[in-house]
Amino acid sequence: MKTTKLKKQVVLKGGMILDPINETLKKGDVLIENGRMKSIGEVTPSKSADVIDCSGLIVTHGFCDIHVHFREPGREDKETLDSGSMAALAGGFTRVCVMPNTDPPLDSPESIRYTIDRGEECPIHIHPIGAITKSQDGKELTEMGAMLSEGAVAFSDDGLPVTDTGMMRNALEYATMFDVPIINHAEDLCLKKDGVMHEGKISTQLGLPASPGITESNMVHRDLELTELTGARLHVPHVSSAKSTDYIRQMKKSNNKITAEVTPHHLFFTDEDLITYNTDLKVAPPIRTQADQKALIKGVKDGTFDCIATDHAPHTIEEKEGTFDLAPFGMIGLESCFGAVNRVLVKENKLNIIRLIQMLSVNPRKIMGFETDLFTNGNPVELTIFDPNKKWTFKKSDIYSRSHNSPYIGEALIGRIRATIVKGHITALV
Amino acid sequence: MLQQKHLLGLEGYPAEDIQTIIDTAFTFREVLDRPIKKVPSLQGKTIVNLFFENSTRTRISFELAQKRLSADTVNFSASTSSLKKGETFKDTAQNIEAMKIDAVVMRHPTPGASLHLTQHINSIVINAGDGTHEHPTQAILDMTSLQEKFGYLKGLKVGIIGDISHSRVALSNIHGLKTMGAEVTLCGPSTLIPPFAEDLGVSVNYNVDEVIEWADALNVLRIQRERMGGGLLPSVREYRNLFGITTERLSMHKKEIVIMHPGPMNRGVEIDSSVADSDQAIILDQVLNGVASRMAILYLLLGGKQEEGNS
Repeated sequence: MKTTKLKKQVVLKGGMILDPINETLKKGDVLIENGRMKSIGEVTPSKSADVIDCSGLIVTHGFCDIHVHFREPGREDKETLDSGSMAALAGGFTRVCVMPNTDPPLDSPESIRYTIDRGEECPIHIHPIGAITKSQDGKELTEMGAMLSEGAVAFSDDGLPVTDTGMMRNALEYATMFDVPIINHAEDLCLKKDGVMHEGKISTQLGLPASPGITESNMVHRDLELTELTGARLHVPHVSSAKSTDYIRQMKKSNNKITAEVTPHHLFFTDEDLITYNTDLKVAPPIRTQADQKALIKGVKDGTFDCIATDHAPHTIEEKEGTFDLAPFGMIGLESCFGAVNRVLVKENKLNIIRLIQMLSVNPRKIMGFETDLFTNGNPVELTIFDPNKKWTFKKSDIYSRSHNSPYIGEALIGRIRATIVKGHITALV
Repeated sequence: MLQQKHLLGLEGYPAEDIQTIIDTAFTFREVLDRPIKKVPSLQGKTIVNLFFENSTRTRISFELAQKRLSADTVNFSASTSSLKKGETFKDTAQNIEAMKIDAVVMRHPTPGASLHLTQHINSIVINAGDGTHEHPTQAILDMTSLQEKFGYLKGLKVGIIGDISHSRVALSNIHGLKTMGAEVTLCGPSTLIPPFAEDLGVSVNYNVDEVIEWADALNVLRIQRERMGGGLLPSVREYRNLFGITTERLSMHKKEIVIMHPGPMNRGVEIDSSVADSDQAIILDQVLNGVASRMAILYLLLGGKQEEGNS
């Protein structure tokens, strides 16, 4: 992977331009001048222009992941905003939202300011999500107003649910003043107990403590009801079960303030893949059955899910090479994302590629209130260039994160990022 | 010889290998009846008994089996808390292997720990119980005892009574007995039977009298007192009334039924003393067969030309 500064004039020549807003995919060139979009169509490059051959490739909006954990401050051994940015670039992401469960958590205007300032130094755009409650302990609301003026874009106690229904109501009520999304990690801890995977035939065979799908859907249903009550904006993260998907589909019909995301790993794997006790597949909420996987894919196709988010969650080798009970929850996912979802959704389940790109670019930007029309002339360039048909095997050397907890290592993926352009630089993948 | 290098569990374990182990166990039973109960089969082999969880009978049974095969044995007991504090599981395992050993017998509180161990060392691994996952040598000694008693396993009807959810003995018995063609019914409080138990190919019946009526043998599991009053089971009295294998209950049925128990027993909770000590109980035969079965397993895994390894 190599990052270079964009020349004064750059022409992306001969690719297919995928416009996720106007839903078009047609041949064309892109002219970039001084790091800004200049024109799209047929471009005759000037002599001094840097011409990049994009034939056989698709050029589109830079991807945006609204759910990552970059571990800074506190666990820089797992990930920093810089190393996480490299993982993002490798995955075609030009913009991410970082979750606040750092150490200390992002629960004050000062910590939001810190992340914004540190993000400025990074090669991608980084937006902090603030904690809903102080210290993420579910007891006291954070200073949402002040955090928003420092640059927070949403609120979440992700990693932990807001268990107290009264507190969740308050958080939603309070957030209506600012019209920002509340993101609740939905798992009923009373039902989850010491569960480390989905409860089913596989957990029975493995003898592992497990939790059923209702652990999630019960709380998702509660949150949906509270959203109706309060009129707040709710974004449901990393949906894992068929039942949750049904509830969201149903409630979205009458409420346009609800959005939802699904992760690549819940679409790609099933609980049967845990049969070897692979700790890299230990995630929360857990990877569930084939029936759940099918329901999630259906939810993508019928628009129940607005976006794909990786829940990129780095952990050290030392933590993950322990026994299954002791390993922390989470896997990294930025680098493998496109090859995984493109394989499952476009190649195996016939989703239109334009729809997939919408879920990776314009839709997540809409949820967070970011600029969406990246092809408008004059806007700072944020582009991703990929080969939609490349078959490849994901390897450890494809990882740019500081951590290596990826269950995709050795998996066959389809579709590969070739270059990511953002903040006046182009990062090319070999 | 056996097809797999290790003995980690009976899920998917070949029937012919289970039968080979049982047959070999019977030949070792004869050895145990001799005045000199020792054979030189594993002379020069070193086996480490790695116990991360308290165990008396399983450890002694393995140790006796090893000594009677003339193997050198080392016992290592570690509390898991010391692992949590510092040294990782991987380090412990690799350190022990660096001392040149042939096999590890391991008990560990975590499901999957024995499979995990095979990923870090090259020695033969025998699972002596990994959390709530499997306890394959117990199931093999149970099947050896059933075969001894009945002369066959195929078509035998076995009821497993008690706390199935927290029992590695139950899971290994289910896999082993199903593989050998026996029928299995699980019986116990619904809170202590895994919701997906039937997916393992067994029946579930909450009525212990119906199970007694149906079964040729009952494998009665220990009910841990810690489970009482915690939301899973209201009381000992309630358990005894519903599932206790009592003299009164058995006498109502007027049938021969074989009673097994993997121990340690909670007399007066899951089983009455008078039942445990009766002629229909084969609990002490199980203990003796435990030594013979473990001799068979160790002999078959370590005895032959196993150096090449074939897993």
